Amino acid sequence: MKEDFRPQQDEIKERRDSISVKGGQKKQLKCDTHSVSGCVSQRACVYCGARVVLNPVTDAVHLVHGPIGCASYTWDIRGSLTSGSSLYRNSFSTDLQEEDIIFGGEKKLASAIDELVAKHNPKLVLVYSTCIVGVIGDDLDAVCKAAAARHGIEVIPVQSSGFIGNKAAGYRAACDVLLRLSLPQTANPLPKQQYTINYLGDFNLAGEAWMIKNYLAEIGIKINVVFTGDSSYETLQKASATSLNIIQCAGSMTILAEQMEKRFQIPYMNVSFLGMEDTAESLRKIAAFFENKEFNKNTERLIAREEAKVGHVIESAKQLFAGKKAAIYVGGGFKAISLIKQFREIGIDVVMVGTQTGRKDEYDTIGELVNEGTVVLDDANPSELEKFMTEKGAHLLVGGVKERPLAYKLGIAFIDHNHDRKHPLSGYTGAVNFAREVESTLCSPVWKYAKEGPHHG
Amino acid sequence: MLNHTPKEIQERKGGVINPAKTCQPIGAMYAALGIHNCLPHSHGSQGCCSYHRMHLTRHFRDPVMASTSSFTEGASVFGGGANVKASVRNVFSIYNPDVMAIHTTCLTETIGDDIPSFIADAEVPDGKTVIHANTPSYVGSHITGFSNMTKAMVGYLAEATDDSKKEQANVIPGFVNPGDMREMKRIMNLMEVPFIMFPDTSGVVDSPMTGEFSMFPKGGTTVEQLRDTGNSKITLALGEFASNDAAVLLDRKCKVPAKILKTPIGIKATDEFLMALRSTFAKEIPYELEEERGQLVDIITDTHFHFHGKKVAIFGDPDIVIALTEFVMSLGMVPVHVLTGTPGKSFERQVKAMLLAAGVEGNVKAAGDLFLLHQWLKNEPVDLLIGNTYGKYIARAEDIPLMRVGFPILDRSVHSYLPIVGYKGALRLIEMISNTLLERQDRDAEDEDFELVM
Repeated sequence: MKEDFRPQQDEIKERRDSISVKGGQKKQLKCDTHSVSGCVSQRACVYCGARVVLNPVTDAVHLVHGPIGCASYTWDIRGSLTSGSSLYRNSFSTDLQEEDIIFGGEKKLASAIDELVAKHNPKLVLVYSTCIVGVIGDDLDAVCKAAAARHGIEVIPVQSSGFIGNKAAGYRAACDVLLRLSLPQTANPLPKQQYTINYLGDFNLAGEAWMIKNYLAEIGIKINVVFTGDSSYETLQKASATSLNIIQCAGSMTILAEQMEKRFQIPYMNVSFLGMEDTAESLRKIAAFFENKEFNKNTERLIAREEAKVGHVIESAKQLFAGKKAAIYVGGGFKAISLIKQFREIGIDVVMVGTQTGRKDEYDTIGELVNEGTVVLDDANPSELEKFMTEKGAHLLVGGVKERPLAYKLGIAFIDHNHDRKHPLSGYTGAVNFAREVESTLCSPVWKYAKEGPHHG
Repeated sequence: MLNHTPKEIQERKGGVINPAKTCQPIGAMYAALGIHNCLPHSHGSQGCCSYHRMHLTRHFRDPVMASTSSFTEGASVFGGGANVKASVRNVFSIYNPDVMAIHTTCLTETIGDDIPSFIADAEVPDGKTVIHANTPSYVGSHITGFSNMTKAMVGYLAEATDDSKKEQANVIPGFVNPGDMREMKRIMNLMEVPFIMFPDTSGVVDSPMTGEFSMFPKGGTTVEQLRDTGNSKITLALGEFASNDAAVLLDRKCKVPAKILKTPIGIKATDEFLMALRSTFAKEIPYELEEERGQLVDIITDTHFHFHGKKVAIFGDPDIVIALTEFVMSLGMVPVHVLTGTPGKSFERQVKAMLLAAGVEGNVKAAGDLFLLHQWLKNEPVDLLIGNTYGKYIARAEDIPLMRVGFPILDRSVHSYLPIVGYKGALRLIEMISNTLLERQDRDAEDEDFELVM
């Protein structure tokens, strides 16, 4: 029988500069580039980026203009909770057929919009373009404009043809749409509501945005709009009437924050509610912005109370996890940074950090945070992940859907930091959930069966 | 979403609401995984490959490996020739598979990439094989893609090297789980008929936990076996939609006669599968299989009153739905709504003929969606809904129990390991159906009607 093939990483010359080891050779990590053809990339496409950001707009018709697959694979996979409409959980597609490819899909798109508007009476229709729409040249703008006039509602094209870049380009397309929705409908700017902020880059997975809303309410600050968790057409329109934007998911939302600063003079700051350390720091930062002594007092009270509540859980987790090592492979760089700190908080060293779409400045921060010898890599493929996790002796991988079975096959514990997770990881509750999730996988009896049994003699 | 479906059914022209199908490339990727040491390759943007791996991973809960051409804007203007060349070079030097199986996407189909000439220009290492299938996403469904990649295996590899045919059968299992493929192989081993099954994803997407990651798990049909399919005495294509085209091509190319059968779900379809083997190879049915059939009939006798007259709706992939429809009718159930997302006139013809023969009046549709199925159910409710995970929205809205069968199942585990084909598979289906119905009966029973023995 053929020996199991062990991939030789150094054979992918193009990938050399995308991998670095802290304390090793001084070089700049290559990132934000195209993937190498023929690699098993874990990356997604422009449409994917746009869809994940926009899908939590709960009362919109999200219509995918393309063949059926793009709509099928994104049907209700986001886990974003809603307090209102659930229209966003349906899957609408023009299901383009061969004749549409030849003669154009504009007519079909127009009738799809008409039928959906008649059925669901939405205020907003988002029409996503897919790879093929970019190629056959359907005039999405014109079809949407005509439909908007016909029905007297917003029908907005999302320029998300898959091949025009990677997921980050999709974030930009989504931010374009969100900015357009944020523009005040009147000639005069909306009056700024005192002590309110927008919360950018939280998609209300497992109700996380609601948790943060409660924290801020206790301090005295109201959330004006969440982009885009549990948002709706009407809430998005009020976005300009606020004094501060805070950004959780920097990868997807920095562009929007920059635009809103330019147009509406709303300053922004990055925050992270992952782990106790980041949560406390972020709350303090937000409170300090308003220069209100009462807010600072409230914040300290909240932090003290919550830390007292969960501190012992984190402390005992720390004892339990002593000596364990984690590997990280997630979508964005900012999330990776938060995770490194969160692991440190529960006593776990990070030995490998990778992202799909991390930026240069984020990789710089990662480089500062991690220990000597930690492997940092951009746009990794499964064999690289395997190689470095094995080499570095990781006990745990944090990643998304495709990484889970990979870790399991290696006998490595896994926690999901993406679409498939079911509990909130934000704030103090999240810090506890995180520690418990790590425990439930790291301390499962299953791993010993993998290492014993007849085949191990 | 649960209340967004109106009862009144109107004709629609603008596409699909809540699809009961997905696109060709994922079917091609799944079929390619059924070749030993094969790396499926998606020729298009990264997103397609990523979505297909994600979806298959969720269903099988196993790593699904595939490479991508990583299309950019430039490639979509100038063509993907350079991407294919680079991909071939990188795939063999980095991952070293025996076979690279390229499938196209809607993007590369539309810009007209000529894959065979790209492959001819690429440097394929000695002893390695590159095959391809055209899988435009805007034609057919994932079942069409599975069929096209299976056909490509024949087109590229099958050879008739001998004048006479070997005493062996080709079996094309269709788009079924590895557990089903294992059961088909067990049956043929019991029949003592030598066979080549292709594709065969058992051992690939249900690989054992060893503490090591293997890029190419042990399973899959080897290239040698695929070559040898041209020398077989017969091809049994199980399921017309997924398996017919490869079988027909084998006949045309290598003169291997084809028999198109149903996916062997239920007594009748399993009987037909065994009879085809018996009549072709002059083999007796072994006692073990007779015994299993006898047990199955015994269990149906024991339980038939639970099923009789119960209304059922079935949706999913055409080959599975056709066979399931026949099976539930053999239990005395009444399939009043039968739907597949995959287009194809023969689906409606076959199902309607079965319903007509049984005197059942039902709704039947190919190229339908779950919105329509939901509307049907609002107009005529059923006792049981059978289909994949996406049926759960309808099941909840209409308070109908859902039995999960088919692809994809994203919210339950183990299903892909356990067969629904053969007599054993039929037993399992009966257990699933009766558990579902009886649990519902228990749940809904008033105290005075709550029974210990059912």
